Amino acid sequence: MTEAKHILHKSWQLKSTEAEVKKVSSEVLKTLEDNEFEEDMIFAVHLSLEEAFINAIKHGNHGDPHKKILAECLITPEKFDISITDEGFGFDPNGVPDPRCNGNLYRSCGRGVLLIQSYMDVVEYNSRGNCIHMIRYRDREKAPISEKKCS
Amino acid sequence: MAYYSAVNLNRENKVDKINPNLSLEFRGQVVIATLTDEKILDEDQLQGLEGSFLPLIEQTPQIQLIIDFSNVKFLTSSVLGLLIRVSKKVYETDGTLRLCSIGPKILDVFRITRLDKIFEIMTSVDDAMIGLKK
Repeated sequence: MTEAKHILHKSWQLKSTEAEVKKVSSEVLKTLEDNEFEEDMIFAVHLSLEEAFINAIKHGNHGDPHKKILAECLITPEKFDISITDEGFGFDPNGVPDPRCNGNLYRSCGRGVLLIQSYMDVVEYNSRGNCIHMIRYRDREKAPISEKKCS
Repeated sequence: MAYYSAVNLNRENKVDKINPNLSLEFRGQVVIATLTDEKILDEDQLQGLEGSFLPLIEQTPQIQLIIDFSNVKFLTSSVLGLLIRVSKKVYETDGTLRLCSIGPKILDVFRITRLDKIFEIMTSVDDAMIGLKK
């Protein structure tokens, strides 16, 4: 992919606070809006960003504002692509109980990972489990089959 | 943040804005709680809502509560967690909880998480009123 096709290619090193990550979300969403991405895609990116950042702040960095979150985002006319890394010990995404199972329906947490998997075309984690990589394609039919829903 | 205790609730069809993110209307024995924000995602908003809902339910035995989502265009899974806690509190006190006026994008979030199976979701406040004790 050539540099000319990048709408946004940027990295951030953030404090682990709501206010800090909100700046990134706002910039990403404004970029998508300015480039006339569809409302459904903007909603999907917004929700996935919020869920991933909440997980990084609360579960990864345990609410410690001195810990850092790294975000690297690439937006092209075809896709939104972001990696978010926290300083935590990581987690096993396959070990998260399915919140849709009857016994888990009344649990008050554990739905963020499911929502990200539903709204993104690619969701993968590093081996430590402290970095999430997500892609949403503008045309979801064009998502490479080999990349779909891997984790 | 218990905003509820700081207000004098009027139960004669008046509307009380009990915190910046929530207003209450009393129609007979039914409480209609309208979420006033378009986006619900901040921890402060969530704590404010929880601090309003839980005392309201505790102080209203067998509450008939309708939560109106007509203003809400965006929420996160933290809000779903709050709704679960509210529903548990309502059912503990033999109350009734209904959600209404949820837009299509938010409804998808309920469907994906299958919470549409455990909440009574109605299309409007008027629909949600049907069958409740007035």
